[in-house]
Amino acid sequence: MKLRYAVPAGVLVSSILFAGCGQTGTATQQPAAATKDAGAATQTTTPAASAPNFDQAVAAYRTYATQQCDTFVKKTEEFTNAVKAGDLDKAKALYAPARMYYERIEPIAEALGDLDPNIDARDGDVDAADWRGFHRIEKTLWEENSTKGLDEFADRLLSDAKLLRAKVETVNIDASLMVTGAVELLNEVSTSKVTGEEERYSHTDLYDFAANVEGAQKIYDILKTDLNQKDAALEKQIGERFAALQQELAPFKEGEGYVSYTKLKPEEIKKLSQNLDALAEPLSQMGKLLGV
Amino acid sequence: MKGFKRQKDQGASQHAESHKEQAELEKKDALPADDELSGKSKTVSRRELLKLAGVGGLGLLLGGGGVGAVLSAGQRLESMMTEADTLDMVPFYGKHQAGIVTPAQDFICFAAFDLTTSDKAQVRSLFKAWTEASATMTSGTLIGTDNENLNLPPSDTGEAAGLSPSRTTITFGVGPSFFDGRYGLAGLKPAGFRELPRFQGDALDEQWCGGDIGVQVCANDLQVAFHALRNLARIARGTAVLRWTQEGFQRTAQADPAGSTPRNLLGFKDGTGNPDTSKADEMKRLVWTQASDGPAWMGNGSYMAVRRVRMRIEVWDRSTLGDQEDTFGRHRSSGAPLGKAKEFDKLDLAATSPEGKSVTPPTSHVALAHGDGSMNILRRSYSYSSGLDKQTGQLDAGLLFISYQRDLFKQFVHIQEKLARNDKLNEYIVHKGSAVFACFPGVSQGGYIGDTLF
Repeated sequence: MKLRYAVPAGVLVSSILFAGCGQTGTATQQPAAATKDAGAATQTTTPAASAPNFDQAVAAYRTYATQQCDTFVKKTEEFTNAVKAGDLDKAKALYAPARMYYERIEPIAEALGDLDPNIDARDGDVDAADWRGFHRIEKTLWEENSTKGLDEFADRLLSDAKLLRAKVETVNIDASLMVTGAVELLNEVSTSKVTGEEERYSHTDLYDFAANVEGAQKIYDILKTDLNQKDAALEKQIGERFAALQQELAPFKEGEGYVSYTKLKPEEIKKLSQNLDALAEPLSQMGKLLGV
Repeated sequence: MKGFKRQKDQGASQHAESHKEQAELEKKDALPADDELSGKSKTVSRRELLKLAGVGGLGLLLGGGGVGAVLSAGQRLESMMTEADTLDMVPFYGKHQAGIVTPAQDFICFAAFDLTTSDKAQVRSLFKAWTEASATMTSGTLIGTDNENLNLPPSDTGEAAGLSPSRTTITFGVGPSFFDGRYGLAGLKPAGFRELPRFQGDALDEQWCGGDIGVQVCANDLQVAFHALRNLARIARGTAVLRWTQEGFQRTAQADPAGSTPRNLLGFKDGTGNPDTSKADEMKRLVWTQASDGPAWMGNGSYMAVRRVRMRIEVWDRSTLGDQEDTFGRHRSSGAPLGKAKEFDKLDLAATSPEGKSVTPPTSHVALAHGDGSMNILRRSYSYSSGLDKQTGQLDAGLLFISYQRDLFKQFVHIQEKLARNDKLNEYIVHKGSAVFACFPGVSQGGYIGDTLF
C-alpha cells in the first residue's frame, strides 16, 4: 500500500508545487487509485442485492468534509504565518484549534494515502528524514520554545493542507467509508489521544479528542434516520452514549478550548477511556445500515 | 495520524482479495460435495461447521487437494470432536452454578466489574445477555449471528473458534456494593453480607479489592478462558467496566495425568484437606446456602471469598526445608502431615516428639487451618504470576485464593482470623487483594443469572 501511494502522491505534490494553485489538475488526476481501491472493497463487502441508497448521506458528508477542509486551510495558514513570522505565542495558541478541523475528518485524509502522514505523523511514525507536518513543528515550538528553522516545514504543511482541500472534492466517499470512519475516529482517540501520546510536546490532546468525537458524531447525525429505521434500539444507544461522553468531556473545557492533558488525573483519563469504549462498541455496529 | 493505518488497509484489502479467491476456489472445488455438505449442515452445530470450514481452508491452502478427501477427514474429525466435546463440556444450566464444586480446571481468568449504569433495567439486560453468551461459550459455540458478515465486527471475538469447550465454567456473583442505593435492592442484601473485616497483617491495595460483580471463568485452556472473559467485558461496555482481573494456573492434566493434589508456588501440596465435593450432604452443609439461611434468592447459591495473596518468593527460596515444613505442617515431597508417610494420613495435632514438643507446630498453617476440624470451606485456588514488582524487581507471584462457603463469617472469617494472627506462613505471604461475592443459585433454561434476585 505504501508503495502504491508513494508514486501518485509524489507526482501530485510536485504538480501542485509547479502549478501553483493547481486544484483542478489534481482533482481530476488523483481519484483513480482511490476509486480502484474503494471499488474492490465495495464488491467484496456489500452484497449486490438490495443495497440502500446513501447518495444523500454521502453528499451531506462531503459538504461537511469540504467545509471543515476550507476552515482547516484558513486556520493552518494563520498558524503557519505565525510560525514564519516568529511569533511563538501566537503560533502556540493557533496550533491546537487549527488541528481540530483536520481531526474531525481524518478518515478522509487517511483514505488519501500519504497525506495523513505528511500532515499528522508523530516522531517515529515515519523515517526521520521524511518527518514533517504539525507534530514536527509542535516539537520545536514547545521543546525548544522557538520558531527557528521551521519555515520550510510551515510552507509544506500549508501546501499539504491545500492538497487535502483539493482532493476532498473528488475523493471516493461511500457509506462504508463513513461507517468505518466513525469508528476509526474513536479508535484514534482510544489508541493515542486518551494516552496523551499524540500531543506529547504541547499536551493539547483533548482538542484532538473532542474533534475526533465531533467528527464521529457528525457521521452518526447524518446516518441517524437510516439507522433508526434499521435498528432503533442501536440508534438510541449510540445517541445516549455520545451524550454521556460529551458530558464526561465537558468539565475539561476551558474558554474556547480544553485544559492541558497534564491536568487530568489518572482516574479521569480512565473514565474518559471507558466512556469512549462504551460508545465505540455500538457505533461499530453501524455497518448494519449497509443492508445486512 | 494512525501509525499503522496504511498497513492495516493493505491487510484489509488483501483479506478481501483472499476471501474472494477462496470463495471462488471453494465454488469451483466444492461442487461435487455440495449435497453432502448441505445435508450435513442441518445437523451439525455452528462450531462444527466452522471446524469443517477450517479443515477445508487448510486443504485449499495446501494446494487444493481432493476436496472429497478433505471433507471426509472433516467428518471424521467432527464426529470424534462431537463425542469429545460432550465429555469436555460442563453444562451451564443447573440447580447450582457450575465452577463451584466442579473439579478445578487448569486455568482461571477472574474479573471484578463495576457497574456504570444507575438503571436497574440495564443491569437486568446485562445479566440476560451474559447468560446467553455464557451458555453459548461454555458449549464451545461462537456467540451471536454476525460472524460471517464482512460489514460488521464479528459478534464473537473468535480466538476460541474451533477450540473445544475445554470444560469452561463461568460463575457469577455480586459484591456488597451491588446492594447500595443504586438499584433499589438494598432491602434484599443478605444479612451481614459485607466486605471482609481487616485482618491482622493485611496490606490491601485498592486496585485488587472489591467490585460490584465477580466473574470466575475456569477452563482447561487459558485462551478459551480468556476468550470468555473478554467477550463478557465486551458485552458489558457501557453498562459495566472491569475493575480488576487476575489470571491463574495450576498444573495441567498433561503434566499430572494422575490428578494428584496440586502444589502451590511455595512447592507444597495445596488442598489436601478440602471437603469431598462428591458428597452432596457435605456440600449442602458447607457450600450451598439454604433458602432458610435467607434471603430466599440465595438458596442453592454460595458465598465466594477472593484473596490475592502475594508470596514472598525470594525470602521463601532461602529458607531451610525444615523451616518450610514446619511452616506448613506437612512434608514437602509427600504432602503427608509431619511425622506421617502419606498425604492423606490422618492429621494428629496432639502427637508429640520424645522431647515432648508438638510434631506439628501449633502455629503451622495446617494446624491453624484445621483447628478442631469442625469448620471447613471449599477452596478453589490458583497460582498467579504477574511479572515483576516494579519497585523491588521481585516476582509478583502468589496465590489467587478462592473459597466457597455457605456462610462467609462463620466459615471463612472464622478460619482466616486465626491464620492472620498466628500462622507461621505470614512471614512469607501478604494479602494484597480482597473481595467477596454472593454467587447466585444456578440458572434454569430460559432463566438468567440473578433472576431469583430481580
